Amino acid sequence: MITYIIRRLFAAIVLLFIVSAATFAIFYLVPRLVGATPETLATRYVGRAATPETVGLIAHKLGFYDPIWVQYGRWVKAIFVGADYNIGTSVEHCPAPCFGYSFITHQPVWPDLLNRIPVTLSLAVGAAVLWVFFGVSTGVLSALRRGSLLDRTAMSFSLAGVSLPIFFTGMVGLLVFSYKLQWTAPGGTYTPFTENPGKWFYALLLPWCVLAVQFSAQYARLTRAGMLETLGEDYIRTARAKGLRERDVNVRHGLRAALTPLLTIFGLDFGLLIGGAVLTEAVFSLPGLGKYAYDAITNNDLPKVLGVTMMAAFFVVVANLIVDLLYAVVDPRVRLG
Amino acid sequence: MIRKTRVLVAATAVLALGLTAACGGGDDDSTTNTSAAKPEFNAAMTKVYNPSDKKGGTIRLANSGDWDTLDPGETYYGYSWNFLRLYGRSLLTYKVEPGAAGNELTPDLAEGLGVPSDAGKTWTYKIRSGIKYEDGTVIKSADVKYAVLRSIDKETFPNGPAYFEQFLNLPAGYKGPYKSKGVNTDSAITTPDDTTIVFHLKVPFGGFDYLAALSQTVPVPEAKDTGANYKQHVVSSGPYMFDQNNLGKDFSLKRNPNWDAATDPIRKALPDRYEVSLNVNADDIDNRLLSGDLDIDVVGTGVQPAALGRVVGDPALKAESDNPVLARLWYTSINGTVAPLDNINCRKAIEYAADRTGYQTAYGGPLAGGDIATTLMPPLIPGYQKFDLYPAGADNTGDTAKAKEALTACGHPDGFETNIAYRAERPKEKATAESLQQSLARVGIKLTLKPYPQGDYFSAYAGNPPFVKANKIGLNTNGWGADWNDGFGFLSQIVDSRVIRETGGSSNTSVRDPDVDKMLDAAIAETDTAKREAMWGPIDKKVMEDAYILPGVYAKSLLIRPKKLTNVFISQAYNMYDYAALGVA
Repeated sequence: MITYIIRRLFAAIVLLFIVSAATFAIFYLVPRLVGATPETLATRYVGRAATPETVGLIAHKLGFYDPIWVQYGRWVKAIFVGADYNIGTSVEHCPAPCFGYSFITHQPVWPDLLNRIPVTLSLAVGAAVLWVFFGVSTGVLSALRRGSLLDRTAMSFSLAGVSLPIFFTGMVGLLVFSYKLQWTAPGGTYTPFTENPGKWFYALLLPWCVLAVQFSAQYARLTRAGMLETLGEDYIRTARAKGLRERDVNVRHGLRAALTPLLTIFGLDFGLLIGGAVLTEAVFSLPGLGKYAYDAITNNDLPKVLGVTMMAAFFVVVANLIVDLLYAVVDPRVRLG
Repeated sequence: MIRKTRVLVAATAVLALGLTAACGGGDDDSTTNTSAAKPEFNAAMTKVYNPSDKKGGTIRLANSGDWDTLDPGETYYGYSWNFLRLYGRSLLTYKVEPGAAGNELTPDLAEGLGVPSDAGKTWTYKIRSGIKYEDGTVIKSADVKYAVLRSIDKETFPNGPAYFEQFLNLPAGYKGPYKSKGVNTDSAITTPDDTTIVFHLKVPFGGFDYLAALSQTVPVPEAKDTGANYKQHVVSSGPYMFDQNNLGKDFSLKRNPNWDAATDPIRKALPDRYEVSLNVNADDIDNRLLSGDLDIDVVGTGVQPAALGRVVGDPALKAESDNPVLARLWYTSINGTVAPLDNINCRKAIEYAADRTGYQTAYGGPLAGGDIATTLMPPLIPGYQKFDLYPAGADNTGDTAKAKEALTACGHPDGFETNIAYRAERPKEKATAESLQQSLARVGIKLTLKPYPQGDYFSAYAGNPPFVKANKIGLNTNGWGADWNDGFGFLSQIVDSRVIRETGGSSNTSVRDPDVDKMLDAAIAETDTAKREAMWGPIDKKVMEDAYILPGVYAKSLLIRPKKLTNVFISQAYNMYDYAALGVA
């Protein structure tokens, strides 16, 4: 088990390097294909009154004149040993891990990332709890009452939930529940848990519900399908014949077997959600990683983009590792490695 | 089964409890209009809406993006300059009054307007004595000198205005106080005593007072300057100081105990606090403004299309909005370097044939788009002269007869073909290009649409002369907003041929007339304000006679008036609500 985990983590590090190199390459090489020079790249990071001298200064400051592999090496080195940055009046030392300074705000990226993870985690974990609970329970109930009114209604709702985009349900949710009915908090009012747990909960309630509506649909359908399949197996009939309680038959034997595909999907979904619930954070103005990524991309702010990409990749990898470990717990037939 | 249902019911109960518990702290009366004034469309345009001297309260503002920077030495947005008056005092500022007075300069940190000498090459300001920073230190003229000099360091502050390095007589190769430490800068700025500051220019500049009103003259204490990090805590010289500042998320201002109202005839400083949220969803901002959960959309450029439809269609909502004209022109450049537009008559054909109403519709119509423009300078700019050299017919859809005459005169009686460039991310510019494509096709001028990314639009595409020639970009959509409302601020960057560089990057992509350059130089040097203002109109007319620019619309924006604030009026300097005047009802 330990060797398995170590091997996976090692593979993860290699993967992170590849992802970062790819991001670097896309950022610098693609503009070159259409004839960009260090100066034209630098024009994005200067004001509208910039003279050619200013553009040259900034191109130099941001390292655009160096070969790509030198710039990449500098970035990787900073992660391990930190870097120095000239803020004008003095030279600031950015301690390891240093993910560079934003091209636009000239502020270090790593503290920003640390600041925003709790927000995205709050959103993702809360929504995950809701959607797993409601999704799986709806799916189980539907499977057990197949063909009933409950089953049909539940599946129709889940179809609607999965089809409506989040920016629609989010905006409508805000309009109806926050502004008309005043039941939930308006957008942009996130308060950290450590500051005020009540306000934290209140601000996240609507985003959780909206996200849960989206995702639980998928899980309900998956659970229902998985359960229907396993409930048709012979061993279920045997278990019933042996005299086990109906609940044990359905949950311990039926649901457990259907959990494996659910785990896979959950691992992927959760990992991706941590990496960037971009639309949800944009709609509800939550200062999380997703919004950070969106702003960084639209502003062509490479250090921020790299920082978020690394963070997202890391979370996806960790989530998948945990899911793989859980397989061994859920399904005793699985051997790790 | 029963157990599961019980679990479900319990969970719902917990959720409901949590909701009501958290709801307890919510705002109850946010939809009632607590102001005494009667809402009416454009009520805050020329007079004070809901006047009051009541002190106290918190003003809530939101920005749909990030603040460009809070550092007065580098910030370059009108809304930021407007807001900065709360935590900084520049030498001069705009009067905090509605109507035309809002466009007039008045002394703030200084005692009076600048005194020119040496035919406008030297400008002297006397600073009020006894004004203090938030920490009690007295502000000296050396602080203003330091503030201006540090803003010249474009490696640390690349985004700010560059007027001071353009005009001040700085030593050669001066890079600002961080890199050129100890260099004597008395050739540019001298401070004979603690309350006098003298600026020495390279060339005479009659409008220097406008530069003195820039935020770059807000004093910065050298001992507390932290360069690129200064924006984390700007030391206040105004009635409010920073309380909390979470860059990229939100910040708040509280009262500055060391601000002395006796030294400040301009500001009433009524509210106790300002709270600004950043990176808030733009449509959400509009919804919150309409429901009263938010007071001001700080960027002040108007509502999003979704809210626009609601506000315009509902008389009750429209009565709670204002429709200011901006000092901004949306136009199309006609490039004389691309044949056959090197012939003035072919350019005139475009001026006559263009459908002006179509242009206006492309930008959003008369309310959200703007008024049809026939000159370069919007009516707001002092010195504006009304004229229309290319009347477009009674319905403003263009004069095809005159256009055809002009085409014959330039040797292309059946029209010609060329390309029109526009910024791909801007739907209004695409709509403009399509409208022109249709209206010019009526006289045989065939346009092919060429979208380009807005980030590099001026440096690599429409503003890059070799690219324009090689790709036959005869027309390109354009727009310009003045840094301040005067002819220099509006015209110099868009009609001076000397700002056009072969490496690209200027907003002026088409105007190349040496006579216009000479007229500009003469106007810039004129120190008599009235005479100077009278010189901009003829420049405008000359450029229109050259037919290098097809004016589209004088931009307008639709703003939702705050429901719970007092002293609400539009500042003609910033063309949005005057943030220095507001109070809480």
